[in-house]
Amino acid sequence: MGPLVVNEIISENTNLFLAFIIGIGFGWVLEGSGFSSSRKLAGVFYGYDTVVLKVFFTAAITGMLGLLFMSLFGWIDLEWVYVNPTYLTSAILGGIIMGAGFIMGGFCPGTSFTAASIGKIDGMVFIGGLFLGVLIFGLGYDIWEGIYMANYLGEPKVSEALGMKDGLFGLILILVALAMFFVAEWAEKKFPREEY
Amino acid sequence: MNNHSNQERSKRYLNPYLGGVLLGLVLLAANFVSGRGLGASGALKSVIVTGMETVAPAASENSGFVLEYKDSHSGNPMKSWLVFQMLGVLVGGFLSGAFSGRLKLKVEHSPKISSRRRLIFALAGGILFGFGSQLGRGCTSGSALSGMAVLSLGGFITMMAIFGTAFALAYFVRKNWI
Repeated sequence: MGPLVVNEIISENTNLFLAFIIGIGFGWVLEGSGFSSSRKLAGVFYGYDTVVLKVFFTAAITGMLGLLFMSLFGWIDLEWVYVNPTYLTSAILGGIIMGAGFIMGGFCPGTSFTAASIGKIDGMVFIGGLFLGVLIFGLGYDIWEGIYMANYLGEPKVSEALGMKDGLFGLILILVALAMFFVAEWAEKKFPREEY
Repeated sequence: MNNHSNQERSKRYLNPYLGGVLLGLVLLAANFVSGRGLGASGALKSVIVTGMETVAPAASENSGFVLEYKDSHSGNPMKSWLVFQMLGVLVGGFLSGAFSGRLKLKVEHSPKISSRRRLIFALAGGILFGFGSQLGRGCTSGSALSGMAVLSLGGFITMMAIFGTAFALAYFVRKNWI
């Protein structure tokens, strides 16, 4: 059955229309969870508001479990679902640069768009920065192409890398997330902030 | 009074665990429809590639960045899944804000810092995040969240690098936030 577009159940144009609809859901949930506020997002790094951690890991687990179960029921063929390739060097280096951008700017790209959509000027400026950053990467591509392409490992799953079944890894991830949620709830009581 | 307004506000936001489940379902829908997860920085790349081709068509033909993009994407860069999805994000964010009474033109910042300082940091953070998202082949949505759902090793590594670095640097920019 799924993915619908790969199995030609829907046309390419329908796929783009559904992208728009799915985007509305994406933006709605991000904004509705408070991700349009940089001060709420940054809270996770100081413990006063851990909404990022809770939403992010609940979503990752829901998505992961959903895909595993849908595959089990034969509703989706995971062969056709894109698994992000792993380029070890750029995955780490890119992540480090993004982390620095996150704590300085208070947004990630998706959340900055929801912030801008409700009138946050800091979100709009962050988006301006994003375009500049992508442009700098594009114009200087030859300089960092070597780093960008280094240490290509294919499309390994984390479960394969750790030598365990997908389901077992999923269970461990859920337990880790529950432990983090427990710490997060504790942190919010320990480092409360009245007004932000 | 203060307590009351805090309660009022927290009521207006979704419960974070419910929000997470809903976000996970949106991610699942994306995979079910298109075979790929969500993303934000991919749409930025489409815009920049289009811009480069429009402003400097000759130079773009030799740009490794544009060639690499063309290698993995066919057709008009603006007619891509993530561009349409990000347009939806703007609409969805606006609707959610409108229904909850959060539409307001303002610079949000800690009372301890000026708007100017907030905007300078927002710009610098945006530049870093934009650059990093290209190097890391996706941002928090496309690489970390969507990658984790399909158990991509790279997705987990990028997620840990993003959050680990932000935690490690939090102390140095604490004045901006607490």
